Amino acid sequence: MKKKIASAPYILWMALFTVIPLVLVIVFAFTNENKEFTVEAFTKMGQFIPSLIKSLKLALISTVICFVLAYPFSYIMSRSAEHVQRRMMMLIMLPMWMSFLLRTYSWMTLLEKNGLINRFFGLFGLGPFQMINTEGAVVVGMVYNFLPFMILPLYTVMLKIDKSVIEAAQDLGSNSFNVIRKVILPLSLPGIISGITMVFVPSVGTFMISRMLGGNENMLIGDLIEKQFFGNMYNPYLGSAVSLLLMVIILITMGIINLFDDEEMEGMMI
Amino acid sequence: MKKMSKLVSLALCGCMVLGLFAGCDSDKVTINVCNWGEYMSTSGAGDIDVIQKFEEKYPNIKVNYTTIPSNEELYAKIKSGGAAYDVAIPSDYMIGRLIDEGMLEKLDFANIPNFANVMDDFKGDKVEFDPTNEYSVPYAWGTVGIIYNSKMVDDPVDSWDILWNEKYKDQILMFNNSRDAFGIAEKKLGYSQNTTSEEELRACMEELKKQKPVVQSYVMDEIFNKMEGGSAALAPYYAGDAITMAENNPDLKFAIPKEGTNRFIDSMVVFKGTKHKKEAELFINFMCETEIGLANSEVTGYSTPLKNVYDALDDDVKNNKIAYPDQSVLEKCESFKNLPTETNKLMDELWMEIITDNN
Repeated sequence: MKKKIASAPYILWMALFTVIPLVLVIVFAFTNENKEFTVEAFTKMGQFIPSLIKSLKLALISTVICFVLAYPFSYIMSRSAEHVQRRMMMLIMLPMWMSFLLRTYSWMTLLEKNGLINRFFGLFGLGPFQMINTEGAVVVGMVYNFLPFMILPLYTVMLKIDKSVIEAAQDLGSNSFNVIRKVILPLSLPGIISGITMVFVPSVGTFMISRMLGGNENMLIGDLIEKQFFGNMYNPYLGSAVSLLLMVIILITMGIINLFDDEEMEGMMI
Repeated sequence: MKKMSKLVSLALCGCMVLGLFAGCDSDKVTINVCNWGEYMSTSGAGDIDVIQKFEEKYPNIKVNYTTIPSNEELYAKIKSGGAAYDVAIPSDYMIGRLIDEGMLEKLDFANIPNFANVMDDFKGDKVEFDPTNEYSVPYAWGTVGIIYNSKMVDDPVDSWDILWNEKYKDQILMFNNSRDAFGIAEKKLGYSQNTTSEEELRACMEELKKQKPVVQSYVMDEIFNKMEGGSAALAPYYAGDAITMAENNPDLKFAIPKEGTNRFIDSMVVFKGTKHKKEAELFINFMCETEIGLANSEVTGYSTPLKNVYDALDDDVKNNKIAYPDQSVLEKCESFKNLPTETNKLMDELWMEIITDNN
């Protein structure tokens, strides 16, 4: 009974800010201006597919890059002396004290044709390089903004890996590769899954990053959804339908990742 | 007009939330005023704070000032019931839509004697969206033209055609909203900016698709950064902002194309259901005072529709052809009207087709 009372505020919170909005999205997706049931919005989605594919592609690339950068870093960090860990943590968190928007703006200034990076190369007679308004720029923006969300769960999980487990593996004759593959990797799996989720999901739906850094060729699905709500025509019906499609795709993707990990777990155990 | 200083608006949103908790004086009336970012003289060195002045003059009224990036966002907020504003300053076509949908309150001009200062050009049927002058009081106006960097562009800039010129590939910026972007294509092809013909709109879409390969990026307020920093050579934008940008980069010039362009008016309106209509009208009236209008016009760079304010301007501002173009130029201008829902919908669908087009 006590448990129920204690969880009430959270349930209320979830209902107000997660469940009800979700229901509204579904309702809007299947209605039109005259409040009639219709699947009209879903028939108009063909033109969104290329942007959707592009969003998934860029989000996937960003997630992979984040993982490759974050995994060794988290391990090194978790094995450092405590005061070093604290300082590293500080450096990771520091940029997050600033507005996300502001940080993306500064990337715009850096990558511009007359931006700081090109001006620096210009000193040596190089360039200017085309950096802004490319897919690469969007990926850089995503990796920069979402990297901490990969590091934090990985670091937390790795902190809990007992040093003696690794030592035991080494005593039993495992080389470094096998220690990583058979001990560290399986033990850090929960962190990997939450890290991937926390980077991939916001990357797929992002819109400000692609708008500021992507130029005219890199409209992502998030940009198009935003336009349905704040464009010339207020069309929450189509916007909700596309959002719903996006949510379903993300759910399926996450399901596949979890499935893959479960299998791997079992494989490891055997 | 839609200077979308999102950062500023975000900061102000934060302040507003804090304000909710702070100011709860019982006998004070609070009016909620919503405006574009950097579109009123509210702070900054040497500028007078018009809100503070208003509160000094009417000590029983407190102004809760917020900013919003675009007409569309304002409309979405009001329509979804997410916000209650008493006064806002939307643009012409949006006022038309708000009137059509019965979302505005008729003003009591006994409380707004300063309306007499409004120039004839901004009264009566000159104001297509509110021809009977019942709902709105003009705040500022301007034109859309081409801002260009005179060091990077060596052709004469006198026609919209230059925004399609291959020579400036990847140096051209374009509006990131359907109405303004179509407005340019419509003028280029010689159509009305208020056309409802599907055939003409489709022709505009083809024109904008043709333009896409030379466009660097579709932007709104990122334009400040890009034009001032020399990252782009040509961009269509609002006259008032052109003046602001030219102050920061003297190479930037402004031209109104010979095919004509859009003249926009942003007017103050009161929303239906307000509890403080009189106070809202007092605020509108106060904004038309000479000293206040002058401060606003100087800070924003936008042109004033008020005779008293215009007369008080410095001569070099009065003669600035960007802010106050000749009558012959204005005659070729058009103002946006509210389009029928069907047309708006079509335009947005076509716009989606343009921005998702990958050829």
